[in-house]
Amino acid sequence: MTERRIELRIRRQDRPGSTPYWQSFRLAYRPSYNVLSALMALREDPVTISGERVDPVAWEHNCMEEVCGACAMLINGRPRMACSTLVDGLDPPIVLEPLPKFPVVRDLLVDRSRLFDALKRVKAWIEIDGAWELAGEGPRISPRAWSESYLYSRCMGCGCCLAACPQVGPRSEFLGPAALAQVRLMNAHPVGRFNREARLHAIMAEGGLSDCGNSQNCVRVCPKEIPLTTAIGELGRQVTGQLLRDLFGKS
Amino acid sequence: MSAPRVVVVGGGLGGLWASLRIAESGFAVDLLSLFEVKRSHSVCAQGGINAVLDVKGEHDSVWQHIVDTIKGGAYLANQPPVKSLCEDAPGLIHTFERMGVPFSRTPEGLLDQRLFGGVRNRRTCFAGASTGQQLLYALDQQVRRWEVAGRVVKHEWWEFLSLVLDQDGVCRGLAAMDLRSLAVRAFTADAVVLATGGLGQIYTPKTTCSTNATGAAASRAYQQGARFANAEFFQFHPTAMLGEDKTRLMSEAARGEGGRVWVPRTPSDTRPPRRIPETERFYFLEDWYPAYGNTVARDEAARAIWRVTRELGLGVGGGDRVYLDLTHLDRDFFSARLGAILEIYRKFHGVDPLDEPMEIFPSAHYAMGGLWVDFEKDPQTGGMRRDSPRNHATSIPGLYACGECDYAYHGANRLGANSLLSASYSGRVAGESVVAYLRGRGRVGAPTTAPFDAEVERQEAINRRLMTGGGGHNPYQIHRRLGALMTAKVGVVRDNRELDSALDELHELAEASAHVDLGESSTWANQTLAHARQVSDMIRLAEVIATSARARDECRGAHYKPELALPLPAGKFPGDPEFEAYRARWKANEAAWLKTSIAEHTAEGPRITYEPVDTSLLPPDEPRDYR
Repeated sequence: MTERRIELRIRRQDRPGSTPYWQSFRLAYRPSYNVLSALMALREDPVTISGERVDPVAWEHNCMEEVCGACAMLINGRPRMACSTLVDGLDPPIVLEPLPKFPVVRDLLVDRSRLFDALKRVKAWIEIDGAWELAGEGPRISPRAWSESYLYSRCMGCGCCLAACPQVGPRSEFLGPAALAQVRLMNAHPVGRFNREARLHAIMAEGGLSDCGNSQNCVRVCPKEIPLTTAIGELGRQVTGQLLRDLFGKS
Repeated sequence: MSAPRVVVVGGGLGGLWASLRIAESGFAVDLLSLFEVKRSHSVCAQGGINAVLDVKGEHDSVWQHIVDTIKGGAYLANQPPVKSLCEDAPGLIHTFERMGVPFSRTPEGLLDQRLFGGVRNRRTCFAGASTGQQLLYALDQQVRRWEVAGRVVKHEWWEFLSLVLDQDGVCRGLAAMDLRSLAVRAFTADAVVLATGGLGQIYTPKTTCSTNATGAAASRAYQQGARFANAEFFQFHPTAMLGEDKTRLMSEAARGEGGRVWVPRTPSDTRPPRRIPETERFYFLEDWYPAYGNTVARDEAARAIWRVTRELGLGVGGGDRVYLDLTHLDRDFFSARLGAILEIYRKFHGVDPLDEPMEIFPSAHYAMGGLWVDFEKDPQTGGMRRDSPRNHATSIPGLYACGECDYAYHGANRLGANSLLSASYSGRVAGESVVAYLRGRGRVGAPTTAPFDAEVERQEAINRRLMTGGGGHNPYQIHRRLGALMTAKVGVVRDNRELDSALDELHELAEASAHVDLGESSTWANQTLAHARQVSDMIRLAEVIATSARARDECRGAHYKPELALPLPAGKFPGDPEFEAYRARWKANEAAWLKTSIAEHTAEGPRITYEPVDTSLLPPDEPRDYR
């Protein structure tokens, strides 16, 4: 009986701007493999199907528990986390590509700074006076408000939603679903509300909320099942209110 | 003279807290991280963070938190820092709350608290099942604010390589490598904070730690003269799910809620677990610990699993695995109580643990040891003196350490849900200490450029040697050999002969790591180069762990040598001669071994010395007796 093997077909790129190319690899199957552990096995002995020894594949990973957001990539055409994608559930050959919409650094390694820049643009933080101790407690929060907000606070910045969004592209300024959901989160916080207006103005500017084309791809690929489109819907109402306030003054 | 700058290395809870407090005090921060800081290992801590808020009417007290932490650490932690940690914990929680951390709530909208291992009161704040992630994100947001304000400059994708010391031995900056261009450059700094996390990767793949928790940064500081303390104390979590890439934590709640641990009585039994009849199963925890059964303490469970697999050879399929069985439990009850952990197993193993027993094994989880750091005791309070520049200062002037890479607070073992607390608190304290250090020191001239140039040149030479090496050894394979060796011989159960042989093998591995073949010569984002450097430094740190473990001839906390165990005499109590003889031996052992191990780097390997522990609050007068 021949040993069962898996085939990985990987889109490679040596450095930013250089021409991508494809390589295929075979390695011995193990039942507990996820895409990440298969890549780990491959890097020890990267020999292609045609017998050529090549450079190990570069990719990013850290926690391997689907909570750090590092190992997102395109797996069989879909943005997913390599650590939580089991090899057993995938149709062969397993095709791996860098997460689209982000500049490739090398192989499956991409530069996701646009995601973090977006968080700066929308001021995704609570303005506290300082991180020193104060007498007294923070605001009370109802369990219901908590459970709604908690969903959004689990965004790990993997970039899958941007990768799947047709409105995100190299020439688009669109903030993307992840940063918009953070505006939803911050605006709902009893203290975060104080800066609601600044955040709404940020998403009313170019590349903001109105760039969303409502394809709903984001919510379908989010590995954390964050209700991104619900957030975008709520922000639509908040923006409308803000527009009216901007036109007619504070009520 | 230009305005003082501080370099913080590492962007987990410790590094971000330090950055925040330094930036708020008006000093500029360069924040170095191997990756975007939001991806730091702090995100992995699920359970919670301890602080006495007493929201459940249990009359919990800060003093009880102090006692639990000290006893949990088998009295090896200096007590003034523990006192401050526990006293300041509630204030820290409220600060996190102000930052917007979504802590889980009571029906009244107050902070909820739950029970966590080893304590009697509900003292653990939590944010769903992702507490560490939520704490880290709140800090990430606050630091981003300072980044926008220009006070913090992030250098993500940079790896710390070495410190730069001046002729007086004062830390004046460091050399670091851009992980994309591989360029090495110097960063000048008026103080440096290392917040570089744990070192579980030394036990790869049997660790719950992230890929980047290598300990390489702490090892580099150690090799340049920083003292490393209590390295032999490493916590192994008894129940981790197996994986090729890593082992993933399976909460103790699985045992707590009725899970049973067993192996087939015949090691060659190849039947699927549910086809093996009760009589042919060995429920070894229930057999060996009739009083506690499956809920025996973490350490005991880890040692029992070790014994049944490695000593009795009864692991499932002859390997490093035992069953943790939930299949007999009520499906609805268990799903409601522990849905989150069931989901993790399903996700990473593709199997429902309510259908098939889980396969688990003990796993390297948390380093109690780390870079030695100082503290200044406040004689008025018995705690740490606030804003002392000595708090969290390493043995190298101008170099501070916080978070898991330091050795403070936990002694010989760590209490559950104290790690998020110590990571956060130590970061805050280290930041405040650095501010006191910068404000308190006299006029300091700009450093000369010569030592920086020399250090950059030295590091570039190391890179050149590795890139052109061709010594035949693959760094990833050396790493795996290291992990297997440390797991087998410097792990859950230790023996002096095995430790001696581990040290010999570590020398061989060190030799191999000096002759590696990277298998690639790319000068752009060459991950093998960075890994080869880390592996070499991991081996140095592994030597420190093994040497410290070899030297400590006793059992304390997580460090266990069966030959030296002092078991309570069964059925005997104070007044019985057997118990009194035991008490005398226990006291003699305390007199000999209640001391902090200190490792210092020498050309011949680690030199181990000891220093006394400050037990001024709660001296260990009597043996512990849980019966």
